[in-house]
Amino acid sequence: MNKVPNNKAWWLVLPVFLLVAFSAVVPMMTVVNYSVQDIFDASNRYFVGADWYRQVLRDPALHDALLRQFIYSGCVLLIEIPLGIAIALTMPTKGRMASVCLIIMAIPLLIPWNVVGTIWQIFGRADIGLLGATLAKLGVSYNYAGDPLDAWVTVLVMDVWHWTSLVALLCYSGLRAIPDVYYQAARIDRASGWAVFRHIQLPKLKSVLLIAVMLRFMDSFMIYTEPFVLTGGGPGNATTFLSQTLTRMAVGQFDLGPAAAFSLVYFLIILLVSWLFYTAMTHADKE
Amino acid sequence: MTLRKAVPLLLYFFFLLVPIYWLLNMSFKSNTEILGGLTLWPQAFTFDNYRVIFTDPSWYSGYLNSLYYVCLNTVISLAVALPAAYAFSRYRFLGDRHLFFWLLTNRMAPPAVFLLPFFQLYSSIGLFDTHIAVALAHCLFNVPLAVWILEGFMSGVPKEIDETAYIDGYSFPRFFVKIFLPLIGSGIGVTAFFCFMFSWVELLLARTLTSVSAKPIAAVMTRTVSASGIDWGVLAAAGVLTILPGMLVIWFVRNHVAKGFALGRV
Repeated sequence: MNKVPNNKAWWLVLPVFLLVAFSAVVPMMTVVNYSVQDIFDASNRYFVGADWYRQVLRDPALHDALLRQFIYSGCVLLIEIPLGIAIALTMPTKGRMASVCLIIMAIPLLIPWNVVGTIWQIFGRADIGLLGATLAKLGVSYNYAGDPLDAWVTVLVMDVWHWTSLVALLCYSGLRAIPDVYYQAARIDRASGWAVFRHIQLPKLKSVLLIAVMLRFMDSFMIYTEPFVLTGGGPGNATTFLSQTLTRMAVGQFDLGPAAAFSLVYFLIILLVSWLFYTAMTHADKE
Repeated sequence: MTLRKAVPLLLYFFFLLVPIYWLLNMSFKSNTEILGGLTLWPQAFTFDNYRVIFTDPSWYSGYLNSLYYVCLNTVISLAVALPAAYAFSRYRFLGDRHLFFWLLTNRMAPPAVFLLPFFQLYSSIGLFDTHIAVALAHCLFNVPLAVWILEGFMSGVPKEIDETAYIDGYSFPRFFVKIFLPLIGSGIGVTAFFCFMFSWVELLLARTLTSVSAKPIAAVMTRTVSASGIDWGVLAAAGVLTILPGMLVIWFVRNHVAKGFALGRV
């Protein structure tokens, strides 16, 4: 659609701008403020410049947490994006069945995040949970509270359970937007199922996939509540993700300065990766 | 639908529903039965767990608090996002692209360390432990989303409609309310659904900004852990009840939800 240049449109955007700026800019500036000061109490604070940044960038514990976080987000994307696309392709396109499918798929998205953790905490326990008990019956040794690998896999499966539906819903809506003419043309050309997917459906899904990838990357990179409820970060540090490390620093040890410095670094990483996704995918669009 | 397609889909639904079935199953059992061994169906069917929640004000007020701030947030988000989305869909103005990206970046701030500044900000303006504080804080991630979804729906409305209305002598506010809003009704429904959903599932901010009088249900649920261990039955019942409001809302928008994103811009 042709858009008319009109700077008066700012008046329409102003409420959104003010509202979001109120909740975004003030806390952000406070964090910046923390990150360059050593704070003992309200009256004893010293300017330390970039010291906290130097400290956190050299901290091996944070490097480990960051690495775990990247591996985790990578796994989440590698599983959820293809699975979400596959599910969207198999869903019925119209009628009552489509509505039923949509509603079933939306259920995990509508559950508060700590309840998601609780559900899986119960489900995986060997004494009262169906999954834990079934695995025990089958002779598989499984204990998410004791074994680091089991804990990690459980958190991952929980995330797949929780969020694949979002990817599938997005892709489903993208698929519905493809006009029938495209499919008719493909039928005339006797295109194979794969060719239809590769040359018609996938290109049309690009924009919704971009959003799905960005949302899933951001949210999995900042994951906090679900693993916290499920495993509390343990056993050891196996499922202590980055935001939990930060919360421990900020609230548990009251190391506000380093925590603030690192959370800004954290924010910049997310911003950078999202921007890379964004430009890579919009660039591919132009070709 | 062919069988080849139906089987993987059914497997996926099975995977989605089994943990929820188990929660539901547990919520109708007594604690002795839960801890006594696995039963696929409650042997002694009981509503006691639900009775605990519905008769204890400290329990059910958690639900009311959550519903209150979630609805408040949905209304605020829609009210500010509607004109903004209209501006983004119809006009080009100074910094529009940057503004849009900036709005989206607000989803990227890791909440962990921002909790304390949020707490200080809302305490300093005297809004701590009020519903409006949580509603305003949730606007941070809901308003950008609302603008984005609404803009998609609005771009689908031909511009000739605006122009005709102006020629017919409609003022902008009257045109917007009387003509434009009814045209994007389904878009408003879908947006409301997503605002409701993201505000309902969020816990960290909601818990930080409240203590007693606006405490959300998700925070109340930690009460089930006591000296004598966890009250699994009540925990399961409380969990089941947190799923219901969302199910109600999606029921109303089920036919429109698929359209929501396909039209949006990137």
